[in-house]
Amino acid sequence: MTKKQKKVLIRIILSAVLTAVFCLLPVENLYLRFALFLIPYLIIGYDILRKAVLGIFNGQVFDENFLMALATVGAIILGEYLEGTAVMLFYQIGELFQSYAVGKSRRNISSLMDIRPDYANVEQDGQLEQVDPDDVEIGTVIVVQPGEKIPIDGVIVSGSSMLNTSALTGESLPREVCEKDEVISGCVNLSGLLRIETTKEFGESTVSKILDLVENSSMKKSKSENFITRFAKYYTPAVCIGALALALLPPLVNLILGNSADWSQWVIRALTTLVISCPCALVISVPLSFFGGIGGASSKGVLVKGSNYLEALSETKYVVCDKTGTLTKGVFEVTHVEAAPGISKEELLEMAAYVESYSNHPISRSLKEAYGKSTGRQVEPSRVTDVEEISGHGVSAVIDGKKVSAGNVKLMKRMNITYAVPQKIGTEVHVAVDGTYAGYILISDLMKPNAKEAVARLKAAGVKQVIMLTGDARNVAEAVAREIGVDVVKSELLPADKVAEVERLLEAKEDKERLAFVGDGINDAPVLSRADLGIAMGALGSDAAIEAADIVLMDDDPVKIATAIHISRKTLRIVHQNIVFALVVKFACLGLGAVGFVNMWWAIFADVGVMVLAVLNATRTLKS
Amino acid sequence: MKKTYKIEVDCAACAAKMEEAAKKTAGVKDATVAFMPQKMKVEFEEGADVESVMADVLKNCKKVESDCEIFLS
Repeated sequence: MTKKQKKVLIRIILSAVLTAVFCLLPVENLYLRFALFLIPYLIIGYDILRKAVLGIFNGQVFDENFLMALATVGAIILGEYLEGTAVMLFYQIGELFQSYAVGKSRRNISSLMDIRPDYANVEQDGQLEQVDPDDVEIGTVIVVQPGEKIPIDGVIVSGSSMLNTSALTGESLPREVCEKDEVISGCVNLSGLLRIETTKEFGESTVSKILDLVENSSMKKSKSENFITRFAKYYTPAVCIGALALALLPPLVNLILGNSADWSQWVIRALTTLVISCPCALVISVPLSFFGGIGGASSKGVLVKGSNYLEALSETKYVVCDKTGTLTKGVFEVTHVEAAPGISKEELLEMAAYVESYSNHPISRSLKEAYGKSTGRQVEPSRVTDVEEISGHGVSAVIDGKKVSAGNVKLMKRMNITYAVPQKIGTEVHVAVDGTYAGYILISDLMKPNAKEAVARLKAAGVKQVIMLTGDARNVAEAVAREIGVDVVKSELLPADKVAEVERLLEAKEDKERLAFVGDGINDAPVLSRADLGIAMGALGSDAAIEAADIVLMDDDPVKIATAIHISRKTLRIVHQNIVFALVVKFACLGLGAVGFVNMWWAIFADVGVMVLAVLNATRTLKS
Repeated sequence: MKKTYKIEVDCAACAAKMEEAAKKTAGVKDATVAFMPQKMKVEFEEGADVESVMADVLKNCKKVESDCEIFLS
């Protein structure tokens, strides 16, 4: 409990005891009774009264403080001293409970996301010294002992160990690391002592980025939140005016009709409706639910950058996936080399590896690897000049004075070279030397083991269509699509085609349906930002992907997409439950209060009870 | 320019009020208050003096919600 809460608790106890004692005192004198009850009333309600008065001066007339002040002062004027004090007392108990419950769930969620390292060990004169991670400069060697968190991103200079990445990825299997490996902050070192040379400042490190992102996620508000805030803005004054009308109109009508006015009865009813109408439950439960949902998701390795994205995710009907790195591992292997007559397989592989040597594309890497494996030699970059990349087609370069081109079928067609058609399925790299066909190399990408399950789960989660986009050749794409079970596949797309394809899909879908694009964050930033919802996966350590996406899957498990959708649905379900529940109870009580069926005690339940139930319901979002 | 401040506010409705008040302050282009992490993000107008604008923001927020606090440093 905070200091503030303790103070309120003491006031509640004091006031409750005094009220109980004064109830038992046989005081007949009205003025004395009034004076006595004024003491506990003021103890418990002075701050509310103060705020109500301040509010009137500052143009904030119709807020809940005003409601409570009006209700209780009204009750006291009518001689209902006990009720006036009790209402204030219960209101404060409710507020205390609310702030306690909210504070507790706030802390729970925050601790779930608390991956902030407290210190970094820097070696000085053979002694380890703990310093603030903020003060560590790039290039400093820090020491991470077993059991400690890696505070800053860096490269291991010595030592090997197992890392627990679960705080970042939700993945419980530890990762093995050794010398020269890049490590990211937020992981926990499990076994060996590691010396790490930092490559980033603390503020730029993964852990800071993630914390920043999650903490700022509440800033991006969802439609439900905005709806509730707008609603409360009109609702509270409307209820106040309604209550005023209820207090004045019926008695006046009665007077005009010549009946007795019954002032006190109508004023009490009006006050009851005022108590019922506090908008707290609504206003608090919605952001709390989203906060819980985002916290729950982040503990599963799914970072959601805003409540609005969580909301959009729950409405997702179309999931567009990139193939490479999303559904497949993005680890390519040369599976077949078919050289044209007059050229040996080794020569072909060498040409291909050299011409692709400047590219970091997975396909190029696989060529270089295969070349290294089969010949035991490394690519010498000095032999390659005039590298030219032809987007969506391939590369050409001059190697040892010969012009070598390597790429897909489109490149061969463009160069008017007749090429062989492979019998097997795989990504084809056709090679031509000085305009003559030299053969092709087949490269295959390994499918992720749970890609099929991922698609099935998406379908089960109510996604209408799973669409796969790829720059790969048609036969490869279709083989993969069949295997995994996606509905639509579009192949041989240039990066710009992918944007166009997504735009076409956005056009075709209905307004309320959302389209999510899932990619690995490499080369697909434009599509990520164009889709309703950009999901980047395997983004751990990739700043560009974290930047471009709305939702970030920390590891590269495609099943997490469906997990994220489930969490979002659950959160939204709870949000809607809370809104409907609170509104129904409030309006029911309001109606009954206006006609006199609900007394002050029910009114307090409608206010405090509903709020507490809504908060408890909201905390369910954490568990999934 | 954008800056984030830590705040202290008791209820979500009050946070919404603070947001409203901050948005209306001269020199503030946009403001968002998040109740859950207790933070306020302010986007300032071009060339605004951050310190004096924030003093006004605090004053305006206190007007609508006397219990609130913004930690300016």
